[in-house]
Amino acid sequence: MSNALLKGNTGDWEMVIGLEVHAQVLTKSKLFSGASADFGGAPNAQVSPVDAGMPGMLPVINKECVSKAVRTGLGLNATINNVSIFERKNYFYPDLPQGYQISQYQHPIVGNGEIEIDLPDGTVKKIGIERLHLEQDAGKSLHDQHPQKSYVDLNRSGNPLMEIVSKPDMRTAEEAGAYVTKLRAIVRYLGTCDGNMDEGSMRCDVNVSVRKPGDPLGTRCEIKNVNSVRFVQQAIEYEARRQIELIEGGGKITQETRLFDTKNGTTRSMRSKEDAHDYRYFPDPDLLPLTVDNAFIENIRKTMPELPDAKKKRFVETFGLSAYDAGVLVSEKERAEYFEIAAKGHDPKLAANWVITELLGALNKAEKELKDSPVSAEALGELVGLISNNTISGRIAKEVFAEMFGTGKNPGDIVKDRGLQQVTDTGAIEKLVAEVVRDNADKVAEYKGGKDKLFGFFVGQVLKKSGGKANPGMVNDLLKKKLEE
Amino acid sequence: MSIDKNTVGKIARLARIKVSEEEKEVLSGQLSSILKMIEELNAVNTDGVEPLTSVVQMQMYEREDKVTDGAIPDKILTNAPEQTAGFFVVPKVVE
Repeated sequence: MSNALLKGNTGDWEMVIGLEVHAQVLTKSKLFSGASADFGGAPNAQVSPVDAGMPGMLPVINKECVSKAVRTGLGLNATINNVSIFERKNYFYPDLPQGYQISQYQHPIVGNGEIEIDLPDGTVKKIGIERLHLEQDAGKSLHDQHPQKSYVDLNRSGNPLMEIVSKPDMRTAEEAGAYVTKLRAIVRYLGTCDGNMDEGSMRCDVNVSVRKPGDPLGTRCEIKNVNSVRFVQQAIEYEARRQIELIEGGGKITQETRLFDTKNGTTRSMRSKEDAHDYRYFPDPDLLPLTVDNAFIENIRKTMPELPDAKKKRFVETFGLSAYDAGVLVSEKERAEYFEIAAKGHDPKLAANWVITELLGALNKAEKELKDSPVSAEALGELVGLISNNTISGRIAKEVFAEMFGTGKNPGDIVKDRGLQQVTDTGAIEKLVAEVVRDNADKVAEYKGGKDKLFGFFVGQVLKKSGGKANPGMVNDLLKKKLEE
Repeated sequence: MSIDKNTVGKIARLARIKVSEEEKEVLSGQLSSILKMIEELNAVNTDGVEPLTSVVQMQMYEREDKVTDGAIPDKILTNAPEQTAGFFVVPKVVE
């Protein structure tokens, strides 16, 4: 990005941003226990004695978490480590009954990788991945139910998380937003995380520091638990400004953990966690090293789906879509699948237009998700076909689409029932043309006197007379012929 | 390496263990001598030796992804000093 620098009183500043994204592995049960990992159960109803930190309980790892972590690693173009180690990260909090979180520290399951992010100006930037490791989630504390008490629900305790750590490669809030969006698309394509930020299946910790361009890295602050792309960007903008003002005012940044306040878009210090960074990691004696052999990794590699970048490239190259349209279509897996079905056997560019402009527009307006669309991909494809083979005009197609969206009927039936077939019979159109020319003798005279612009008026009149059903190309040709007589 | 009284105090705070000034004195001596004994192991050359993670050569057991546990909220809450509507209730822990 060219305009990445922030203006301060002492000159330009550059932001340096790194993200830690916690993505819940899509599984039925927890990382180390057989309790359900579903969202939204009754409080403490999805807790095994392991998750409650009962003495003598032993963690047993969930196979599915291992293979999905490897799968995600491959999707991030990262190295997979054949041996990784679980360690205990020690701290006290009421929603952490064990007194430690089982995590991976020095030896994560996935090492260095790289993904590409798409920026709004159409450019692509590579962002390094530092690592991905498996760890347990903590329980959930509710602080707003009682004036002096906190309520604790352990359902989330022990849920499987992948912590995906980026390199500090981002320089603008926009890049950070694009990174989270791409990461979310990748895990959703892979089926390793549902990417549902509202339910907390994906949460971000944002590391921000500022420096004068060319200087070494500044001291960073970590903003915890930011749970939407928009909030990530807001938190970064606010935090960078705060740091610049502090430094320019003669202050010094202290490395600390901060909270993002979604109500006023600011960040504030979490002073109570001063000591908390001394986690005293050590290898968990309950767990052997996790080993994944190359055959296991290669088997997973064989089942890798086409990822967003590859799909985008294919849409551009084989369907002739613009990079922008292709990007819009691949940003959600379901959207790309819908498009491919709608485009099957039809004009792909026209199908892309209809999906992006009409369908997504209508869904947006009706506040519906694509999966709840009243118009199936097959039906939209059929509509595109009807336009391509001149059965209906684009204008009529919009009417048909509105009815499809409202009633779920298929386009062929709507066109037949309402008699919307385009008139392509030369004789019929000639008759309408003649009528229009006869009824507007004054305008015809003006036209012949040099007022060329009136041609559009005549076309409009003929189309109107036909109820929008006359083929516009033919109307044009026949009108021209008639007016030249 | 020796452990001074301040370090004992810090470790005790992190572990949420209350330790008196006299106890700190005693513990600082004891912890220091334990570390000194461990440090004797540094005399052994361990270049090229893999860390021993288990005395038997075995792989970590991995279970299938099935729900086999949980759904026992009453049992989970049995030891809770206070509970409401299925939640553990604790003193407020947020500022």
